[in-house]
Amino acid sequence: METNNLILIEQFCIHHNIEFSFINALQEFGLIEVIIIEDHKYLENEKIKDVEKMMRLHFELDINMEGIDAISNLLQQIDNLQKELISTQNKLRIYESD
Amino acid sequence: MEFIDYYKILEIPKTASESDIKSAYRKLARKNHPDLNPNDENAKKKFQQINEANEVLSDPEKRKKYDKYGKDWKHAEEFEKANQQNQSQGGGRSQQGSGGFSGDYSGDFSEFFESMYGGNKGSSGRQTKFRGQDINAQLQLELNDVFKTQQQTLTVNGKNIRLTIPAGVENGQVIKISGHGTPGANGGPNGDLYITFTIANHSKFKREGSNLYANVDLDLYTAMLGGEILVDTFDGKVKLKIAPETLGGTKVKLKGKGFPVYKKENEFGDLYITYQIKLPTNLTEKEKELFTELSKIRNNGN
Repeated sequence: METNNLILIEQFCIHHNIEFSFINALQEFGLIEVIIIEDHKYLENEKIKDVEKMMRLHFELDINMEGIDAISNLLQQIDNLQKELISTQNKLRIYESD
Repeated sequence: MEFIDYYKILEIPKTASESDIKSAYRKLARKNHPDLNPNDENAKKKFQQINEANEVLSDPEKRKKYDKYGKDWKHAEEFEKANQQNQSQGGGRSQQGSGGFSGDYSGDFSEFFESMYGGNKGSSGRQTKFRGQDINAQLQLELNDVFKTQQQTLTVNGKNIRLTIPAGVENGQVIKISGHGTPGANGGPNGDLYITFTIANHSKFKREGSNLYANVDLDLYTAMLGGEILVDTFDGKVKLKIAPETLGGTKVKLKGKGFPVYKKENEFGDLYITYQIKLPTNLTEKEKELFTELSKIRNNGN
């Protein structure tokens, strides 16, 4: 399997100066998906931004894993609602008078 | 440049202890953190102020200087020199910092701060390498512009980006351009560019997804007796047969004459036409006579 779009977790942890256990904890809470290829653990490049956000919440706002989980769900809900709102606004434009 | 009251920003008295400052900062940071307030410029601005206030008040040296000179901060450097205590605050990050934020958001300290502390920003305690900030941009287009896939060159942060805008982009849709945000810090990757499309519609068509809707006027005689009319579609005209006794409000679907389906080549939505019967006005005497005759044949008009 190609690893072009993946980043080695070990490298990521060194890069950000964080413990591997943090990534493990995120995985245990189902907050991230870890990809294992030939005994090496990777994160998807696309997901790095999310992991970094969780890092900020944890290390800088002292939010624990349960809190990160709740916040992630709520932010996802906000995102979905925003998309729904835009879609509804677009539909309503049909009924707007010229 | 105005004096900034850091105590007021953190909502604490001047007598606040280190733990009071920390606690006030954490509370306000949780409330205004950009990660928890996506797309909220006010929260971001407030967060930067809180961060800056914490940067000063949680560092005993900086706090001392701030408290000592207060509103006379403009002359702080002169006083300092006079006292021969010119201790540079510049340089690397302190490892015993305030626990401030090191992420995408800690930038943009005020001129007041820069003036007093020489632009020494973070003291995060962690030497993190961060990806650059994402940039959110808005692109306004007309509905005509997104009927066909087109290329546009945008200038974002002084750099030209050649962008392919696929046909059928929706109003409010966001497209991500990876790596075109601000450059990463300390070797981190670049942020991404997010473009939100605002599609103005000044056409006669209403749009819902890939379907288009339009009203078409029918004159009374064509509606009654049938005939042919030319109807505008988004990219030309089509001839339509009108059945005799067509009622006002009748809907007709023109398959594949709608808007392009996003990222599906040669696939189009449908065009829905609603007929509106236009009654003749300014009738001549002769017309009135004939309508009167007609009304006698069918006196309730139905």
